[in-house]
Amino acid sequence: MITALKFTLLLLALAFAQGLHYNYIDELDKEAGTVRAVQASQYVSLWPLPQKVKILDLSFKLTSFNIVDAKESSAGSSCSLLQDAYRRYYEYMFGIAKRQGPRKSRLTGPSELTELQVWITSPDSECDGYPSVTSDESYELSVDLPYAVLKAPKVWGALHGLETFSQLVYEDQYGAKSINSTAISDFPRFAHRGILLDSSRHFLPLKVILANLETMAMNKFNVFHWHIVDDQSFPYLSRTFPQLSQQGAYHPYTHVYTPADVKMVIEFGRLRGIRVVPEFDTPGHTQSWGKGQKDLLTPCYSGSKPSGSFGPVNPILNTTYDFMSQFFKEISTVFPDAYVHLGGDEVDFTCWKSNPDIQKFMDQQGYGQDYKKLESFYIQKLLDIVTTTHKGYMIWQEVFDNGVKLKPDTVVHVWIGGGANEEMGKVTAAGYTTILSAPWYLDYISYAQDWQKYYKVEPLDFDGTEEQKKLVIGGEACLWGEYVDATNLTPRLWPRASAVAERLWSAKDVTDINDAFNRLSVHRCRMVAHCYDILCICISFYDKL
Amino acid sequence: GNFVSHSLYLHTVEGVWPLPQSFTSSTERYPLNPKAFYFGYGRQSAAQQDCSVLDAAFKRYFSLIFPDYTSGSGDKPFTVEIRVDHADCDSYPNENSSERYNLSVSAGQASLNAETVWGALRGLETFSQLVYQDDFGTYFVNKTEIDDFPRFQFRGILLDTSRHYLPVQAILKTLDAMAYSKFNVFHWHIVDDPSFPYQSRTFPDLSSTGAFHPMTHIYTQSDVRRVISHARLWGIRVLPEFDSPGHTQSWGKGQSDLLTPCYRGSTPSGTFGPVNPVLPSTYQFMARLFKEVSSVFPDSYIHLGGDEVDFSCWKSNPDVRAFMQKMGFGGDFTKLEAFYMEKIVNITSALKKTSIVWQDVFDYHERIPKDTVLHIWKGTPASYKEELSRMTKAGMRVLLAAPWYINHIAYGQDWRNYYTVQPLNFSGTEEQKKLVIGGEVCMWGEYVDATNLTPRLWPRASAAAERLWSDEKQTSSVDEAFPRLQDFRCKLVRRGIRAEPLHVGHCKHEYQGV
Repeated sequence: MITALKFTLLLLALAFAQGLHYNYIDELDKEAGTVRAVQASQYVSLWPLPQKVKILDLSFKLTSFNIVDAKESSAGSSCSLLQDAYRRYYEYMFGIAKRQGPRKSRLTGPSELTELQVWITSPDSECDGYPSVTSDESYELSVDLPYAVLKAPKVWGALHGLETFSQLVYEDQYGAKSINSTAISDFPRFAHRGILLDSSRHFLPLKVILANLETMAMNKFNVFHWHIVDDQSFPYLSRTFPQLSQQGAYHPYTHVYTPADVKMVIEFGRLRGIRVVPEFDTPGHTQSWGKGQKDLLTPCYSGSKPSGSFGPVNPILNTTYDFMSQFFKEISTVFPDAYVHLGGDEVDFTCWKSNPDIQKFMDQQGYGQDYKKLESFYIQKLLDIVTTTHKGYMIWQEVFDNGVKLKPDTVVHVWIGGGANEEMGKVTAAGYTTILSAPWYLDYISYAQDWQKYYKVEPLDFDGTEEQKKLVIGGEACLWGEYVDATNLTPRLWPRASAVAERLWSAKDVTDINDAFNRLSVHRCRMVAHCYDILCICISFYDKL
Repeated sequence: GNFVSHSLYLHTVEGVWPLPQSFTSSTERYPLNPKAFYFGYGRQSAAQQDCSVLDAAFKRYFSLIFPDYTSGSGDKPFTVEIRVDHADCDSYPNENSSERYNLSVSAGQASLNAETVWGALRGLETFSQLVYQDDFGTYFVNKTEIDDFPRFQFRGILLDTSRHYLPVQAILKTLDAMAYSKFNVFHWHIVDDPSFPYQSRTFPDLSSTGAFHPMTHIYTQSDVRRVISHARLWGIRVLPEFDSPGHTQSWGKGQSDLLTPCYRGSTPSGTFGPVNPVLPSTYQFMARLFKEVSSVFPDSYIHLGGDEVDFSCWKSNPDVRAFMQKMGFGGDFTKLEAFYMEKIVNITSALKKTSIVWQDVFDYHERIPKDTVLHIWKGTPASYKEELSRMTKAGMRVLLAAPWYINHIAYGQDWRNYYTVQPLNFSGTEEQKKLVIGGEVCMWGEYVDATNLTPRLWPRASAAAERLWSDEKQTSSVDEAFPRLQDFRCKLVRRGIRAEPLHVGHCKHEYQGV
């Protein structure tokens, strides 16, 4: 047994030594004179890596530990978002240990740390608000005696700081929770760090979505892009148009998201600093809409007769725009986020081409045979409608490519692989903000360690000025639902999405794949322990350090 | 309402996966009331009350047939009456066990006849798949006649518990799902280079130093017994693999002098290679280990591995080279490997066990005992077919795994590739074809542990299950299989198996876990 442990320690020590390529480590060595000992390696598990970290080889026991508001904090005990987070992280850090019974170390020597004080420094903590793309997510964490201090201008930074703090906690060889003296100053590299889930191709039970939000928070993701409806099903239960889900969902009761469900997702996300951006993709990808909303879709023709099948949203009827106005008015009140994703991708023109009314309309408008113009006509009207609801919008890249006039705060979502860099260049040259998804289609699986591919992506690796680069506000990992449902979503998404998480959060020069492997291995086990409560091998490596 | 229509489709016997060899069914259907539903032993049955296998199966299948039995309607009782020819209730399934059954469903009763209890288990599985619920929750079964038997006698799943430890629960759950697809062999690749989780009675150091963790990441003797007894109740054989002489790094930690010390120049480099074939102590150790293994695992087969032996360490070692000289092997290390394997096979033969070895052993050394089973694991279809021809021509029995390396994942519907395999489509006589005893789905563990095992295995393995059980002509269309497999996958989900979707769609009862 002893040999085995020694062996695992050796393995980790080796793995750790390979990972020692960071400046801050050298700095640490020089300033604090610490030895590169195994004891210091618990920070191999930080994920995503903070912007600045200093961990000393000085450990504190966490005894009778508490997370409390600092006296100076602008968020007091009435800030339920923080109180909720304290409890969550407390249970996360100590819950299992408590079940095992008290195991206080009788050893003298290491000092005890009894408190983490959370100090919201800005007068407005934003405790009761919603996170946004401009939210300040920065924080500073100092773990030292007499108590640890987590300083953040807003609650959003505090949430991230709590996550980081929890990642620093480890069990010593006697099972006592410990933490090393640490100084961290951290902020995200990109403001928009998202995960797209698709609840149309397969319905995802609420539990799965909530569990995913929880795991997102562990990875400091901050946007849940909810691709809620599509061709295959319409699970969103609309108050204004209940027949959309009544007819368009896989099942009108068991496979829908009720207003209460949606509320729960939004609040669950908010409490973790995660925005919920809904996507209602039109004019394509709308087959399921047509079941509950007559005349919304274009009737396709075969020769001179309707074929019985339907195409994209019918762009030539006034009723279409009346419907969209009412529908998006509802959406704008249900979803508090400042943005709504309007889709606009992959519009198939064959049905429009077959329809004589559309052809007539094309002639009237002088569009000739350029159906892109018709698509732009539709999108333009839709954008105007959404603008009146005081929402910003995100759109897939085709809308930009087709030359639709966009509001300056539009976010263009780049998804088409091959030429994504060029596209990023074009979009930013036109002055639009953009997010990148093309290299992060996680539904495309392959054998072995494809996370490395996601990790190696550099979002700013396109030709453009510094000003252009600033317009890249982030990226999203997309898990499209053709082959994904509740049975396989979690293992397919994690820890592969974690690779994207670090790319979007950590500094640009955090690119050492070996070091990432070491940290990610432990981070994976942390997620496993957290989400499944299954013993996992790296957990036992980790615990023995 | 409109919504009722899309879940109201006609259930027929085609809903059984894998497809039975012969069936007829009609639209005549009988409601089943869970409160008046019985399993019983026919008067003529050799097995009666207290038949452990069947009593346990009745209990299991009752809840599988009636996942929610709040809704009882219809007052007519219904009895499934079992009749088996042999009361082999306390035995283990073996390579010759008949799994044939005959199932006849009519008003008020179903008669299930089988030669063995193992056949009766297959029939119960089929019956459970015939039962369905309408939209008001009422259970029904249609009038049906089925005569069924497996095409291949060996239908296995390999799990690898060395590259990642799999908790016993994960193994048990896999055994459940295997039975739903009528798999009958659990090939337990229990140890390998990365870890040695098997806790040996004779050599406890093997796991205490070779497992990932000596307490939490091992299989104790009672764990192993639990797996074997659970498998038995499902009619599944447990075939242990102790792969040597390669793939043994973890063995060396707890057994000194077992592995070959590698040399750099004239001094030991500190690393170790395959099992050391030149020391008598090696064979003493193996004899004792396999004696234990053969008593712990009741199956008559033992898998001895023998694959992927790297010769570079042997080549570097002066003692091994001297031995080669002495034996007249020249520079041909395959001869040394053959020498080793022959000794190991003799050990297991003396223990009255049938050896299975990976194809490498045959490739290097065609002179192996005739009753050894060869396991094909590599190559393109063309090359494994060639191998099938060669091996069966040599009169050897063969097990095919090459087309079913299910740990290799890809985007899209790769189950289609597993489904369209034709195991007997190689050049050879009828006699040769008979030597193919079956096939095996391999889930190697490099990227698989308890977090992703189930969705990665199911329903993709079920595609191979139908290929190994059903008639090939009746199941030649992958497109016809698609809706049936989708339906079966939803049944698995309803039974709590995290079987992943084949494509876009939904199940009436989605997976409710996280």
